[in-house]
Amino acid sequence: MEPIIEFKNYSFKYNSQVEPTLRDIDLSVYPGEKILIIGPSGSGKSTLANCINGLVPFSYAGESTGELYIGGKEPKDLGIFGLSKMVGTVLQDTDGQFIGLTVAEDIAFVLENDCMEEEKMHRRVDAIADMVDVKNLLHHAPGALSGGQKQRVSMAGVMIDDVDILLFDEPLANLDPATGKRAIALIDSIQKEQNKTILIIEHRLEDALYKDVDRIVVVGDGRIVADMTPDQLLSCDILMKEGIREPLYVTALKHAGCTISEKDRPAHVETMDFSAYKGQVQEWFASAQTPAKGKNSQVALAVEHLDFSYDAKHPILQDIDFSVNKGEMISIVGKNGAGKTTLSSLICGFLQPDKGRILLDGQDIAPLSIKERGEKIGIVMQNPNQMISKAMIYDEVALGLAVRGVSEDEIKERVYETLKICGLYPFRNWPISALSFGQKKRVTIASILVMNPQIMILDEPTAGQDYRHYTEIMEFLKRVNEEFGTTIIMITHDMHLMLEYTDRAIVIADGQMIADDTPANILTNGQIADRAYLKQTSLYEMAEKCGIPSPSAFVECFINYERTVR
Amino acid sequence: MAKLFSYEEKGTWMEDLCGVTKLIFFLAWTITCMLTYDTRVLAIMLATSLILFKLSKTSWEQVGSVFKVILVFMIINILAIFIFAPGQGTKIYGTEHILYSLGGRWVVTQEQLFYELNVVLKYFTIVPAVFMFIITTNPSELAASLNKLGVSYNIGYAMAIALRYIPDVQDDFHKIKNAQEARGIEMSGKAKLMDRIKNVSAIIFPLIFTSMDRIDTVSNAMELRGYGKNKKRTWYMGRKLAKADYAVMIVTLVVMVIALVVTYHDGSRFYNPFI
Repeated sequence: MEPIIEFKNYSFKYNSQVEPTLRDIDLSVYPGEKILIIGPSGSGKSTLANCINGLVPFSYAGESTGELYIGGKEPKDLGIFGLSKMVGTVLQDTDGQFIGLTVAEDIAFVLENDCMEEEKMHRRVDAIADMVDVKNLLHHAPGALSGGQKQRVSMAGVMIDDVDILLFDEPLANLDPATGKRAIALIDSIQKEQNKTILIIEHRLEDALYKDVDRIVVVGDGRIVADMTPDQLLSCDILMKEGIREPLYVTALKHAGCTISEKDRPAHVETMDFSAYKGQVQEWFASAQTPAKGKNSQVALAVEHLDFSYDAKHPILQDIDFSVNKGEMISIVGKNGAGKTTLSSLICGFLQPDKGRILLDGQDIAPLSIKERGEKIGIVMQNPNQMISKAMIYDEVALGLAVRGVSEDEIKERVYETLKICGLYPFRNWPISALSFGQKKRVTIASILVMNPQIMILDEPTAGQDYRHYTEIMEFLKRVNEEFGTTIIMITHDMHLMLEYTDRAIVIADGQMIADDTPANILTNGQIADRAYLKQTSLYEMAEKCGIPSPSAFVECFINYERTVR
Repeated sequence: MAKLFSYEEKGTWMEDLCGVTKLIFFLAWTITCMLTYDTRVLAIMLATSLILFKLSKTSWEQVGSVFKVILVFMIINILAIFIFAPGQGTKIYGTEHILYSLGGRWVVTQEQLFYELNVVLKYFTIVPAVFMFIITTNPSELAASLNKLGVSYNIGYAMAIALRYIPDVQDDFHKIKNAQEARGIEMSGKAKLMDRIKNVSAIIFPLIFTSMDRIDTVSNAMELRGYGKNKKRTWYMGRKLAKADYAVMIVTLVVMVIALVVTYHDGSRFYNPFI
């Protein structure tokens, strides 16, 4: 069989860069294959994808050497439009890629550009909408849909063209765990029913492996460092070396000192054979110690019976009631659109509650303005571009102090100190535009931290970050929490984050608080995980298969171990 | 939640009309209104305009704040007319009925008041038509109709996509404003005017950067899905002109002709009640 995509000794360098982004790529993909491409940020995996869909070199110019064939032809002969007939791309930012005002128009966009007659177009749109189950949404605005629905609409928009290759650029990045699982299942069924060639770019390996893939291609520093089956990959140590997070059960097995063998099929926790490891895992669990935690019982923030709605018929939040102790690091979790961000907006005073109180150090903060609350409660938004308003790092971090009339000497001192903590001191005179996304994120955290808030709220602090940057940001937050005693509240749907870095999680589902417990207990409780669109951790399944009586204690043990080795 | 000044589906017969029909109505209506100073014509047009506005089910939240801004401009406009040309009414109508004098050349006359009344009427006649046009026209459908009339689809699409992004940019604006306020940048009336102007940059820059991000993503998405491949394109929202469209166009043109005939039959575009 002829490969549908073939790279031969291919290298590519962007015109704007000195070093090539891709080097000596050799890769063949055959029709009907399903391939997962993983690699840390900046490894070149997105460039690899852009070479296939034609954004490289048609939108991002550069020089290439070696050969590349898509469907047996060279991209330069096909052009970006020729390639778009063969390769359909679902971009990472589902919000940004919607073009049409309604779902139907967005799905029809390709057909419009192909000059298809209206009637035929309407029929095609109906058919494809049926396939991905968005038929009842055709006349909605894409922006008003939930994360999962958005993804299905963008899939419909590329599949309608009857392309042979479907390329998914980080399909899980903006989805809560359960919706992500469904997206992977949908991709899987499309591949099986229509025999498409599927390429998935992801760094969330464990979630992406929810359904089988034929091969995993690991990209590191512009080269392909591995091209093997999931079972092979998980039984060697390439992932660790490349800074990609292994599935949790694999990490746990390694902690227990096991050597994973390919023949036990480690690709899925459900089908893996644990019999060879059972003894070692039990021993490790028995020997592990759970340190007692010193608890500070002084309440920093108390939320009492909070209700909120935009109109009386549709309550957004109902009877939210919890408190956060001084120096705690907690997470607020739940599915996309459950009301997590609304809750933080209420705490910061962007919105006013219909009922209930918010107390800071025992004082009702209802009379305080946004600005006044901002002095005690700092908020870091998900997208750093939404906060950065100065060209230079120093000015950006100094902004909050400058508008409060702090003297220049003091500003300088405090800014420098904060920059040092955030690891940004060497860059203090750099323009912000020269920073990476993760560094920008740190700048926004620094610009809040410099004001010395008692409480910091972070909205999805690690969204879109690979494992290395994720660890960097989280370790940094942990240090802030420990050294300054800053209370940290994180809004997230990243289960690793809540499991590894927070002592307690508040779970919100459909506007109601359904749990306030340790992450280990929440993620081993199927009922809560289901309602909140979380996913039971694979450690739970592993614990059961290894005959450990208390899965949640096992999860605790794993987390503690992780914390000590990190 | 009603978004300010954007298309909203309400299921009125006006929405069922083609974008082109509404564009023609809008242009004819505005031109007629600009040309005529005939108070009788203006009065009838105003009444029609208000009835149509009612039928379009436009809600006050959608247009209220824009209307207030227009109102301010109108007041400035009529005051300016009086300050700079207090004798305009007399010049037009040929008579002078003095009500009282404010000193110098500023004399309030019946003629001047009547003239300025006509100006106000014009405002009130045109403004609802503008609102209706924007609120009841689906931007994609308008782009489609314009393209069918021979306008390049790039222009139509640029317009449609701008409208598509209005709500997103509004959202961004609110998020950024809140975040900056929380950092201590005062945006409300409490700050001094100069400070406020300076502080606006704290919203504008992030807004520009996030919008640039959006542009980058959406232009990639459009290209990947074949936009600009052909000289022509078809439209999912395209609509053929129906009987109702022709009817509305004919009625519009007939009304325009009648209005202009009534206005100009005596050689002047002013209706003169003073002789």
